[in-house]
Amino acid sequence: MNFSWLLPETVSTFGPALDDLYYVILWITGIVFFATEITLVVFMVKYRHREGRKAEYIHGSNKAEVIWTVIPFVIVMGLAFYSKALWDEIRDPDRIPPDSFPINVMASQFEWNATYAGADGQFGTSDDFVSRNVLHIPVDRPVVVYLEAEDVIHSFFLPDFRVKQDAVPGMMIPVWFQATRTGEFTLACAELCGLGHYTMDGRVVVDSEADFQSWLDSQQAEEDSD
Amino acid sequence: MSMTTTSEAHTAHAEEHHELGFIRTYIFSTDHKMIARQFLFTALLFLLLGGALAVLIRWQLGFPGQPLPGGGILPETMAPGGIILPEFYNSLVTMHATFMVFFALMPLMAGVFGNLLIPLQIGADDMAFPRLNMASFWITPVAGFMMLASFFVEGGAAGAGWTSYAPLSASGEWTGVYLGQQLWLASLIVLGFSSITGAINYVCTVINMRAPGMTWFRIPLATWSLFITAWLLLLAIPILTGGLILLLFDQTIGTAFFRPEGSGEPLLWQHIFWFFGHPEVYILILPAMGFVSEVIACRSRKPIFGYHSMVVALVSIAFLGWVVWGHHMFQSGMNPLLGMTFVVTTVVIAVPSAIKTFNWMGTLWRGDIHYDTPLLHAVSFVALFIIGGLSGIFMASAPVDIYIHDTYFIVAHLHYVLVGGSLFGIFAGITFWYPKMFGRMMNEGLGKVHWALSFIFYNLAFFPMHNLGVQGMMRRIYDPNQYEYLQSLQPTNTFISINVFLFAAVQAIFAFNFLWSLKKGKVAGNNPWKSNTLLWTTPSPPPHGNFPEMPIVYRGPYEYSSPEVEEDYYPQDRPPPLSSSGGHTVEVPNPEPVPGD
Repeated sequence: MNFSWLLPETVSTFGPALDDLYYVILWITGIVFFATEITLVVFMVKYRHREGRKAEYIHGSNKAEVIWTVIPFVIVMGLAFYSKALWDEIRDPDRIPPDSFPINVMASQFEWNATYAGADGQFGTSDDFVSRNVLHIPVDRPVVVYLEAEDVIHSFFLPDFRVKQDAVPGMMIPVWFQATRTGEFTLACAELCGLGHYTMDGRVVVDSEADFQSWLDSQQAEEDSD
Repeated sequence: MSMTTTSEAHTAHAEEHHELGFIRTYIFSTDHKMIARQFLFTALLFLLLGGALAVLIRWQLGFPGQPLPGGGILPETMAPGGIILPEFYNSLVTMHATFMVFFALMPLMAGVFGNLLIPLQIGADDMAFPRLNMASFWITPVAGFMMLASFFVEGGAAGAGWTSYAPLSASGEWTGVYLGQQLWLASLIVLGFSSITGAINYVCTVINMRAPGMTWFRIPLATWSLFITAWLLLLAIPILTGGLILLLFDQTIGTAFFRPEGSGEPLLWQHIFWFFGHPEVYILILPAMGFVSEVIACRSRKPIFGYHSMVVALVSIAFLGWVVWGHHMFQSGMNPLLGMTFVVTTVVIAVPSAIKTFNWMGTLWRGDIHYDTPLLHAVSFVALFIIGGLSGIFMASAPVDIYIHDTYFIVAHLHYVLVGGSLFGIFAGITFWYPKMFGRMMNEGLGKVHWALSFIFYNLAFFPMHNLGVQGMMRRIYDPNQYEYLQSLQPTNTFISINVFLFAAVQAIFAFNFLWSLKKGKVAGNNPWKSNTLLWTTPSPPPHGNFPEMPIVYRGPYEYSSPEVEEDYYPQDRPPPLSSSGGHTVEVPNPEPVPGD
């Protein structure tokens, strides 16, 4: 059985920063959890009813109220600003690396269709080709996925990359990430999208630059022969 | 319920109230206490149904693809040969949440305790609008019947999630569910009127019908929390209803409010839903906070720690609840630049929640804690609400939410708030106020066994869901084994399912205790818990009209262990000894309370 609080290995450039933020929150909440729960148990035992003892007639303490208002406020605001820096790095549309390799992904019931621009680097031309349920990307190079949905909302979830973005019909949403090592990883759908939602698993194949080029060429050749 | 005590009560007040027939007493009653009991029985049945749906969900996740034991009962369209179909699974997750949120928890919170406690705690003889109150109850079974019927129509019940995200919910072509989804929408539109009429009643009653001396800051926290909740209902439900009507139009007459063809906007639905949905979360938890405050103060025989800050925290949670809805939508495609706004508002809401938690602990501190069943449930509420509150911080941080959004981490979090929080709060409330409702005590031994087993199995079932989420398991997945990386989580899922079954099974102890005590419980007397609020000055159960004579309130509700008196409690309506301070002034906010019916 898996009762681990450790995140699985991450393979994207911003993954470690996101994991660090998770662990910071895990430490803070973990300490608060143990401190409060232990105090609760101690109070329950120590102040249990015993004959002849009356509870103390205390209505509160302004000092205590101020302390337990200010300290949580400072901690959570600190977390908020820590979060902002990372959020902007990942999601600010102006900070998508300009040299990112573009892929169009169209989600539909119940598959992922990745369109590559082909040799001319332009979408919507005759040399575009489509890869179904398998997303090939180059290692160590930023990739931007232009995410669309054909029918209902899906969610483009790459657990190993710490990427999740809903695909919304009528919208095109850019999602960028950069792989740090080669290998095969999961592409999952994280938003209930109908009957076959649970079957909507795809693959992300991270290739070395050379393998990626030869994959592109082979797909291109296939496309041309059609 | 006890027929003899009620009819005795009626005879006693024959000169003020006409003897009512069976139908006006038990069916179409305008008495707030009878309406509370009607809500209680109805909502507990829906709780049972919601629980049964949860058991089916957990069967599929714990033992995917295996036939249900005795599952031949379910029709072919749901589980042929006892094997749950994916489309039925989607209906299960949708309807489990729908029944639990709208038909079990909301009626238990507002319907039962709003009705029972508000008039009795403020010293009123009934609600401001008793007939409206009766209507508020009778809308519930009608809506519930519509919702139930949807299981048996062609295409089955709604399967787009309780959040019903458009366009999935906006057209049957994506799910194969046409009539089921429309019944879901229509049922919730109808049910909304129950909440709205109830809420109007609560607000008017609290403002206008307080007994002489019942100033705002002498109102018990249970009534405070129900009053704040009523405002939330009054403002939030019409927003949901508006959205539901638009979605029903999209479904039935071809409009395109939320469907992108015809330039509709799918995200608009999410904004409407969560603008209602987050206040809704507080509708489901604030009353429980009130019950817990009441029980902890009374059973540790100590004034509530920081009464004023408790009230201020309630009010600030209610206000902040309106400006945090975007945290449900960080990954939705909403403009990412809005993210920070919602991160800040969301983390700020942790502050009043922390204040409340520390105040409950401060109340226990140096108290004289009686380990009764209500107290055990109330302290469990605090212990589990801490977990639900802390896990919320992970989602409030938008970058961490990227990973855990729509995973079992969320499922764990929301069940810590709504089961660990709301449901344990409701158990505290039912066991505490049962004697007032029915005139008899629930069995203490059975109560403790039920509490202990519930607490253990609850945590064994729901705590590991955090770990599933951390490993990346999505929610609302019919068969996680479809994904290779989730296959190793199957033993954890099976472990969770077994504990859910055990948690469900031990609720039979509660059901037995509840029903058995109606007839066989120890006779309660007026004030079995030695509590201070006006409610406990009335006979158990209170007669029609509640108070034989208008109570006068001299002090706050939490004067436990006061040095002014010998006993460890000091009821709100007990006149102070004349010698103590010479001239006590009684503040009279409304010298002529509005009579009831």
